[in-house]
Amino acid sequence: MEKRVTFSRSTIGILFAVPQLLLIFTFFYWPAGQAVYWSLTLQQPWGGGNIWVGLDNFRSILANADYWNSITASLVFAGISTGLAMFIALVLAALTDRQLAGSRLYRVVLIWPYGIAAPALAMAFRFILAPEAGFMAVVNQVWPGFWDPGLDGADAMASIIVAFSWKYVGYNFIFFLAAFQAIPRSLIEAAAMDGSGVIRRFRDIQFPLITPTIFFLLVINITESFQDSFGIVDIMTAGGPANATNLMVYKIYSDGFKGLDYSGAAAQSIILMLLIIVLTIFQFRFIERRVHYR
Amino acid sequence: MASIAIRGVKKNYAKTQVVHGVDLDFASGEFVVILGPSGCGKSTLLRMIAGLEEISDGTIAIDNTVVNKLEPRERGCAMVFQNYALYPHMSVAQNIGYSLKVAGVPAAERTQRIQAVARVLELEHLLDRKPMALSGGQRQRVAMGRAMIREPKVFLFDEPLSNLDAKLRVQMRSEIRKLHRRLNATSVFVTHDQVEAMTLADRLVVMNAGRVEQVGTPGEIYTRPASRFVATFVGAPAMNILEGTVELDGLSLLGGSRHLTIARAGLPVGSKVAMGVRPEAVRLVAPGTAGALNATVDLVEELGAGRVIYVDLDGAPFSVMTSEAVHPEPGSTVGLKLSPDDMHFFSPETGSRLDVFKASIPEPAL
Repeated sequence: MEKRVTFSRSTIGILFAVPQLLLIFTFFYWPAGQAVYWSLTLQQPWGGGNIWVGLDNFRSILANADYWNSITASLVFAGISTGLAMFIALVLAALTDRQLAGSRLYRVVLIWPYGIAAPALAMAFRFILAPEAGFMAVVNQVWPGFWDPGLDGADAMASIIVAFSWKYVGYNFIFFLAAFQAIPRSLIEAAAMDGSGVIRRFRDIQFPLITPTIFFLLVINITESFQDSFGIVDIMTAGGPANATNLMVYKIYSDGFKGLDYSGAAAQSIILMLLIIVLTIFQFRFIERRVHYR
Repeated sequence: MASIAIRGVKKNYAKTQVVHGVDLDFASGEFVVILGPSGCGKSTLLRMIAGLEEISDGTIAIDNTVVNKLEPRERGCAMVFQNYALYPHMSVAQNIGYSLKVAGVPAAERTQRIQAVARVLELEHLLDRKPMALSGGQRQRVAMGRAMIREPKVFLFDEPLSNLDAKLRVQMRSEIRKLHRRLNATSVFVTHDQVEAMTLADRLVVMNAGRVEQVGTPGEIYTRPASRFVATFVGAPAMNILEGTVELDGLSLLGGSRHLTIARAGLPVGSKVAMGVRPEAVRLVAPGTAGALNATVDLVEELGAGRVIYVDLDGAPFSVMTSEAVHPEPGSTVGLKLSPDDMHFFSPETGSRLDVFKASIPEPAL
């Protein structure tokens, strides 16, 4: 059912849209435009004028090995955390869908992590994963030196991936469970009558039918892993050790606000924006083809 | 082909019991229809045969093998669902062939068998389409094809025609009947539609509130309903029921306001009965005719071939179906002639049938 309001004069419609348009302009297009402008100029660290430098900012960033390291770290982080968060959520949702008693409770409990601010949960994980006192201290007791995110870049990367995935498992779970429950029961029963076992049914019937949700979550998770990771990195590793977890979004912050390189940070944020746009276009072009919309 | 034996089957959901001990035997190759109002447990019973619901108590055996603990796929049943349950992301051919694919039948043989089934169901030109692009009747046929291709021992139908329009329903009904004659697999068909039930069934099972009310051929069910429930549920319009008391020379009806003289009343004098007579068994006569009941016309429903006349018998509703060209005006008075041969008697308490004309010696008590 479509409910559509029509206005006799288009000006009334525009007037209704103005508040929202103002918000979007003020908080999205204006800063974005400003970032583009800054990225093409050299800003004074303490204010007071700038010099037009064209694409020089981009050239210097792309010539910097640290920046390429940051891109690699971001892609690794995005790939693994998205995969982990989606896979765990998918398994949990599939199991919950089969055994429905109490699924309401899971739905509530599992959305909570998503509601926790990233720095808060990062602080919690910092304690949980602390090599000297936390849960991992037990592992270190058995294999001394096995776990030290303060020294080992891979361990640090693993820490922020775990924290980020933990937050997004709940979010993904809600969507997956809703998608599973939207599949008519009789389809599963028909497949059971056709001789299909649990795993086969999941592969042949349920999985194809939730591909729209998988696709949606893939886009959201990848986008968020580039952006929502800031708080986690800041609290848990501050980009270290040795830039191992210096993700693009964190490098923008540290270069811009700590290094006072506004123009370089602006250029980096433009590159990050373009990267997310390209990834999203790529997903729509090549992955959406495999999605079955009902 | 397979026989089905159902012994003392019960079904509980948490604390509520929905099927209260059902015993039934279906012969090999028989077309059995389970008829009942919604919520009577008929679909639950079917789903227990299919293996989609656990059996709380009792046993179900297919071909003398108890299947209680078997998975649906191990029972050799195929099922056609009410909402068709076609896989929306698969083409018609894939839908029909899915069970073969699961069973690991080679692609070449699969294609050949899909073609064969599609030919029977006239689906050949639709094999590449998705279910979305099919009409209701076509979807129904695909659902049938999916069941047929497995060459099952038992066909289960769960109200498969209830989503179709009236014309298509009649057409699909005869197709199902033809298909059964051709495949000769034991079929169990669940419906709440009595016309569907009467036309399809070799044998009819009437269920109510989790119990079997009567099992018999459609003819038996119609002519000798075993209970008041069966009598009023089967037949349209429903059988008229008038409560009364047996007297020496007949029946006193409606709290004594009407008297019906019946020569052969075989029930103990003074016993309370519920007398039933089908609307199509009542004859309209001139008001005041000897032995007839006078009634006021409420409403006349024109059916084309005949009409249903709803009358008022001292406040009790009563209907008459006639194919004669009579058109009484609402408010006018008509006479109703009831023949003793067409009367059914039921116990007002239990609703079970009282056989009055068979018993040579009147029973001492009810």
